[in-house]
Amino acid sequence: MEFLLLLGTPLVGAAALAVWGARPRAPELNVVFSLATFLAACALTVRVIGEGELIVAREQFFIDAFNVFLVALTAFVGFTTSLFSRPYMRVEMEHGRVTPRRLRLYHSMYQLFMATMLIALTTNNLGLLWVAMEAATLSTVLLVTLYRTPASLEAGWKYFILCGVGIAQALFGTILLYFAAESVLGVEGVNALLWTHLDSVKGDLEPTVLSLAFVFLLVGYGTKVGLAPLHNWLPDAHAEGPTPISAVLSGLLLNVAVYAVVRCKVLAEGALRSDLPSQMLMGFGLLSVMLAALFLWRQRDIKRLFAYSSIEHMGIITFAFGMGGPVANFAALLHMTVHSLTKSAIFFAVGHAAQKAGSQLMENIRGLVTLSPTVGWGLMLGSIAILGIPPFGVFASEFLILTTAMKEQPWATPILLFALGIAFAAIFGRVQPMVFGEPTAKRLPHPPALIPVFTHLAIVLVLGVFIPPYLADWYRTAAQLIGGP
Amino acid sequence: MNPMPFDVQLLNALSALLLLLAFAMLSQRRIVTLVSLLAVQGVLLLAATLLLAWRTGETHLYFSAALTLGLKVIFLPWVLYRLIRRLGVYWDSEPLINIPGTMLIGLLIVVFAFGLAQPISELASTATRSAIGIAVAVILLSFLMMITRRKAMSQVVGFLSMENGLFFGAMSATYGMPMIVELGVALDVLVAMLVLGVFFFQIREQFDSLDLHHLESLKEKR
Repeated sequence: MEFLLLLGTPLVGAAALAVWGARPRAPELNVVFSLATFLAACALTVRVIGEGELIVAREQFFIDAFNVFLVALTAFVGFTTSLFSRPYMRVEMEHGRVTPRRLRLYHSMYQLFMATMLIALTTNNLGLLWVAMEAATLSTVLLVTLYRTPASLEAGWKYFILCGVGIAQALFGTILLYFAAESVLGVEGVNALLWTHLDSVKGDLEPTVLSLAFVFLLVGYGTKVGLAPLHNWLPDAHAEGPTPISAVLSGLLLNVAVYAVVRCKVLAEGALRSDLPSQMLMGFGLLSVMLAALFLWRQRDIKRLFAYSSIEHMGIITFAFGMGGPVANFAALLHMTVHSLTKSAIFFAVGHAAQKAGSQLMENIRGLVTLSPTVGWGLMLGSIAILGIPPFGVFASEFLILTTAMKEQPWATPILLFALGIAFAAIFGRVQPMVFGEPTAKRLPHPPALIPVFTHLAIVLVLGVFIPPYLADWYRTAAQLIGGP
Repeated sequence: MNPMPFDVQLLNALSALLLLLAFAMLSQRRIVTLVSLLAVQGVLLLAATLLLAWRTGETHLYFSAALTLGLKVIFLPWVLYRLIRRLGVYWDSEPLINIPGTMLIGLLIVVFAFGLAQPISELASTATRSAIGIAVAVILLSFLMMITRRKAMSQVVGFLSMENGLFFGAMSATYGMPMIVELGVALDVLVAMLVLGVFFFQIREQFDSLDLHHLESLKEKR
């Protein structure tokens, strides 16, 4: 029941908002649907904590310790982003950047995007996972091009083609996986793509086919994670679309893609009995961290800056999952949570800041703290949090990842530390004058929504100081599930 | 050695034709012809699916044959022809690598694809296992086409041809994916086409052309 509500609400919401169109209160309706989805996710979470793993709809969907926390996180950030998007899109309307028709498209696609992500997270069928990931791209392509500027069309085209080609590789990987599974799970083949079934026979899957399948799956879903060298779409899509979309792309979609990669890694590792999957994840992760850190220096657009920071953090998470084992997995899950919360909070603050300055170029944004102390402090605190300064939660997860790396992969530690240092200098050096410099910004017709910013940052702060025991248990169970060498 | 049954020979002939078609697409600069070739590719896929369905007696293959007929033989080419007429893009400009060069790279890709498919073909028990290499080759050749073309329309044809290659690969390795997945993939392709249609008009409205060199300002040099 909770499950039906979880997937049904955003789907109904997409249809309802398409019908409702640009009538007044459309943004509020969007908030209501997002809130309902969030409540359904909460109810589902409570049930899964109480009763354990849940398999529904002829085993096509399942909820376990690993995905339930991502479902809750996705629904929560989806809800707070809808709160933020309410005043943000009103301002964009008044600045004449969106027409009523585009606003209707925006709201409808927002709900559809949430639905595809929730389907991708909860499905047990790896084929459906692929379908949902592709649908998530398709529902956001027209949102990236919402402003119809030449740059946004270019970003949308890149996003469409790169992710389309990438995801085609993942489909080939899925076919190979099905091929390997069919010989083990019987010719009927109905169950041969169900993850729970695959997981129970992963030791018997043909290793050569599985290693080939994993390479294709990693490249395919890795494109969506934004792993280097397939990250080209990410900064463009983040910078040119409306800011609420940047927040959900960065905070949620990347997580869902990481989730897909990790699910595949568990199978490949079980079949191969070697550390090839781990090494590939670590390699791609480190490469992304390094590349993102170097590109951070060259950015002038504030949204591109934080988009590169997302690539960096996705690299760190991928590296940690590559190391595997209970501690690194725990840290990676924690990092997924805090990165998602912090990065979306930053994008909320950045969105308001760019609207005030009338520009996304960092040199035009100055003195936020004098004109709007809350936006200024929100951006400052968010940047401090994402850079991993204690006592915020990002520090805790990065510290855990670094200490584990020192023990298990000592060669990687200096690279990680170096990249984190560069990122620190690049981001802090840019944000500081934007917040404290001479003011240039103007007033906005609608008051900004700052509750989401500070709620997110408060949660991240709490997670840095104290992880509630049930949450820690939850992470531990999930980390166990993912396993590793 | 037993002679191959006639229907398997026919299937192999169909897959050889698919490979030939992939090369034809690679060398074709007229976009209308490109779409026609894509439609022919759909027809070949349809024939192969029907033959396989008849041979194995698996009912779900008939469904996917129907899906192929509706989507790949009729609907997609129709949408593409309409788009071409309404947008007035008939010719692609000179590709990034000239056509003989592309063909040579294509040959190397085919050799590579057969090498890649070797371990899979050995393990496969289907009658069509020798076609897996061809499916991989078609996927990679379509990829090459997407890389070397400049017009958005030819890139889309490359994308759809890649999807056809994937479909053929799934069919020859495992007699097709489960029905629910195939339906989902078909739905995605359909929606992708609709999104693209909207997108093309947006691009043209903005630039008065579908040449992708307009879309190259977001480079990392700012």
